[in-house]
Amino acid sequence: MAKYLLLKHYRGAPAPVNDVPMDQWTPEEISAHMQYMHDFAARLEGTGEFVDGQALAPEGTFVRYDGEGRPPVTDGPFAETKDLIAGWMVIDVDSYERAVELAGELSAAPGAGGKPIHEWLELRPFLTAPPTITE
Amino acid sequence: MDEALLRSLTPGVLAVLVRRGADFAAAEDAVQDALVEAVRVWPADPPRDAKGWLVTVAWRRFLDATRADASRRRREDRVEEEPAPGPSPAVDDTLQLYFLCAHPSLTPSSAVALTLRAVGGLTTRQIARAYLVPEATMAQRISRAKRTLSGVRFDQPGDVSTVLRVLYLVFNEGYSGEVDLAAEAIRLTRQLAAAIDHPEVAGLLALMLLHHARRASRTAPDGSLVPLAEQDRGRWDTASIAEGVRILQAALARDRLGEFQAQAAIAALHADARTAEETDWVQIVEWYDELARLTQSPVVRLNRAVAVGEADGPRAGLAALAALDDSLPRHTAVAAYLHERDGDLMTAARLYAEAAHKAPDLAERDHLTRQAARLNARLRS
Repeated sequence: MAKYLLLKHYRGAPAPVNDVPMDQWTPEEISAHMQYMHDFAARLEGTGEFVDGQALAPEGTFVRYDGEGRPPVTDGPFAETKDLIAGWMVIDVDSYERAVELAGELSAAPGAGGKPIHEWLELRPFLTAPPTITE
Repeated sequence: MDEALLRSLTPGVLAVLVRRGADFAAAEDAVQDALVEAVRVWPADPPRDAKGWLVTVAWRRFLDATRADASRRRREDRVEEEPAPGPSPAVDDTLQLYFLCAHPSLTPSSAVALTLRAVGGLTTRQIARAYLVPEATMAQRISRAKRTLSGVRFDQPGDVSTVLRVLYLVFNEGYSGEVDLAAEAIRLTRQLAAAIDHPEVAGLLALMLLHHARRASRTAPDGSLVPLAEQDRGRWDTASIAEGVRILQAALARDRLGEFQAQAAIAALHADARTAEETDWVQIVEWYDELARLTQSPVVRLNRAVAVGEADGPRAGLAALAALDDSLPRHTAVAAYLHERDGDLMTAARLYAEAAHKAPDLAERDHLTRQAARLNARLRS
């Protein structure tokens, strides 16, 4: 088994095919989208491949150390041009092919007009612990 | 086996151990061990005297642990002798436990965790699940809290308002996990109300019961939020409402008003309306005025602006809103609602989308996005 992170971006990813902001959809389209996402997570729980899913607020801050005895420096909220993560799902699957298949399904969630959003999702493998048997 | 009944014995058993001279941290561990043992043994072999059984087992665990410790520290003689059974502990032992677990030296998250374990009898695992943190993290939080309290004497008088704040936090956390924290908060507040005669304890209990009564109607089958005005009032729990109103009336009759009684009074006025249109908004505004006098909370003033909008029209609501800092959480959502009521759908749609962007939780974000979408669809047609 290998763990993968599916990252969804507010900004920074290439534009999806069906690129209409959600507040311009009809309420029914929003409901259909929510239902799809919910069913997707529930199905992965059923197959034993779901690990975690979280959404992040769009507002955030960069913080860094500014030397002994000084308060940390903050920079934010993020400037408009920066990449911005909207949330993630962690899956635990048997192969890279399975991870790609699932990311593809998630990207097909319905959007405006009930058509798939074709949203770009970032797929990143977790670095694993070293194996016990090495030779 | 009735787990709630078992857990309701927790504070009494813990208090006996502490009265016998056990230090709080060790006694609390021993009681947890006894609870786990009870869950294992009781289904096949239920005891005649449940509390007596727990005290015996917990005290034995405490002695075992202390003896193991004492071989190093030579403290055996202090705890070796089992004290003669004294009179059954008074109710105020339970009260002392509440005070201790909500001690002002604890952070809110520590006080919450310790209260749920030492007074509520939940396991560390259950509390961790409820707050979505790893079990090891919660275990550390609890043991640090107990270390913080090591110098605090058990019989020091406490401040009931700190206890109420902890219980309020537990109630507000909701019911997403396997442990129903709202129901647990009600159980603990009920137990507290039995231990101390205080109108604000009654006020908080009433507030919880009145909100809990609406729980089933607050979310749609798909998980989306249903606003108060659109809730199916036939699904409100009338028994819980009746109990909340009765407790509140008795508390208000004492004429020592506090913020929880005032909040409960507002909840009672909502519960009293058979339809959203029948809501007595004029009285609700008056209660918000009382509440604003009792607390400095800007959230109260924000909610008051909503009530003013209902009582005196959206323009009056917007005027009340204009007096408040617009960086307040939910300020934009309230503005969107009042603009919609005022007929300015364009502004309302824009503000709903902006409010969704700032929303602090997913359910609210989805709800506000739907509001924006609903208005945008109307504007298009």
